[in-house]
Amino acid sequence: MNLEGKQQVWKDYQKEIADDRYYYARSCIRQTFFPGSEWAYLDILKNKLGKDVLDDPRHTTCTGIGYHSDVVPVQTIMTVVARHFALMTEAGYENITPSCITSFGIYTEILETWAHHPEIEEQIREYLWKATGREFKKPKNLAHTSDIIYKFREDIAAQARYKLVDVHTGRQLRGVDHIGCHYAKMFPSKGIGGAEFPAVLSGMISSWGGDVVDYPERRHCCGFGFRQYLVMANRGYSVANSKKKFESMRPYEPDFIVANCPGCAMFLDKWQYTISEMEGTTYGQDGYGIPVLTYEELAGLVLGYDPWELGLQMHQVAVEPLLDKMGIAYDPEMKYRTKEGKDIGRPKCPTYLKV
Amino acid sequence: MNFWGFNISETRSINYDTNDKDMLIHVLQEVPSCKLCIECGGCTAGCTAGRLTSFNIRKLQMFMKRGENKEIREELHKCMLCGKCILVCPRGVDTRKMILSMMKYIKNNQK
Repeated sequence: MNLEGKQQVWKDYQKEIADDRYYYARSCIRQTFFPGSEWAYLDILKNKLGKDVLDDPRHTTCTGIGYHSDVVPVQTIMTVVARHFALMTEAGYENITPSCITSFGIYTEILETWAHHPEIEEQIREYLWKATGREFKKPKNLAHTSDIIYKFREDIAAQARYKLVDVHTGRQLRGVDHIGCHYAKMFPSKGIGGAEFPAVLSGMISSWGGDVVDYPERRHCCGFGFRQYLVMANRGYSVANSKKKFESMRPYEPDFIVANCPGCAMFLDKWQYTISEMEGTTYGQDGYGIPVLTYEELAGLVLGYDPWELGLQMHQVAVEPLLDKMGIAYDPEMKYRTKEGKDIGRPKCPTYLKV
Repeated sequence: MNFWGFNISETRSINYDTNDKDMLIHVLQEVPSCKLCIECGGCTAGCTAGRLTSFNIRKLQMFMKRGENKEIREELHKCMLCGKCILVCPRGVDTRKMILSMMKYIKNNQK
């Protein structure tokens, strides 16, 4: 295939992403487990890229966790999502950007359902009117927040203070990209690169100077799966999936993992501790784990944000080896302190995993 | 003590590159007719032991080819060596000799 042909084919794998004026939808998991990520995203968009983003305090959970666990009926989740659209419409925005991959999947699924079954949309409009007296317009553009960062990755690279390069050796840092299943596996055309060649995170790694690791289980699920972790007895299945990925990526000695789904980032981070406690296995160098970052945290590090302000001390796997490689200055004394110097307490030290 | 309330599930994937194929090599040397098997399952359908227990010759062959020898060890003793499976095999596989060969291998390689 000649180059022009390849470029033509690649065009089919792109999606439309709005340029400006985004209505932001927060993620339940991301703001709980990676509290600095959403703040960093908003700060990058507003202050580094000069975009208009509305972080609406009236916005609620999409109830996706309940929906996928069969405790929230489909009409309920559709009405909750319709309320989000109503809030967006009232605020005068037309582009919705959810931070959560589950929400992204939910919004996509609902918009598709309404496109094929207008009678369901009518019914939901009626439910919303009866429940809240609100009306809504459907968003003109739906993009995940990682799509936005991907779109402006070169602008971020232009402002970067650090590169994904080992400052001691000049080696490109090896990054593992992990795409959430609900990003492109449910509706492949809604993700950059589709389900076969998702480029949303690998594009960021490449633009910021890193090297993307292509390993056998690259497209494997992290094992999150709501029903798998909600029921304690099923968690062994969840952790087994993450283990399969870690074992597959270990020979390539990745320096970090970056995920666009909050659940994937959480489990790839925390299961490393669980596996180390259960089996004594660690996957990083010298007894450390492989640091797991959200794409906002990665962008924040590249742009020179303070690691502790980004909330990297909340991670189970220590990120210091990565910070040292990138040459990012940090104060170890401030890791477990607030900006004002107040002690926030230290987590218990794991048996095997070095932190 | 496991305070987690769960264990890491064992993988169900079969790795043909790393699994133990010693038993397969041994049996194929002693009973070359095993190579003729088309896995039709006639042996299992006619098996007397299979009517009374979960014994399944076709499955045993499959385990052996995959290198899952532990499962074979647990099943083999159920065979009564009646030889009905040889009579029904359309490919002429000497199934009884195959079972005996498996038993011999396990006896000689017990850990």
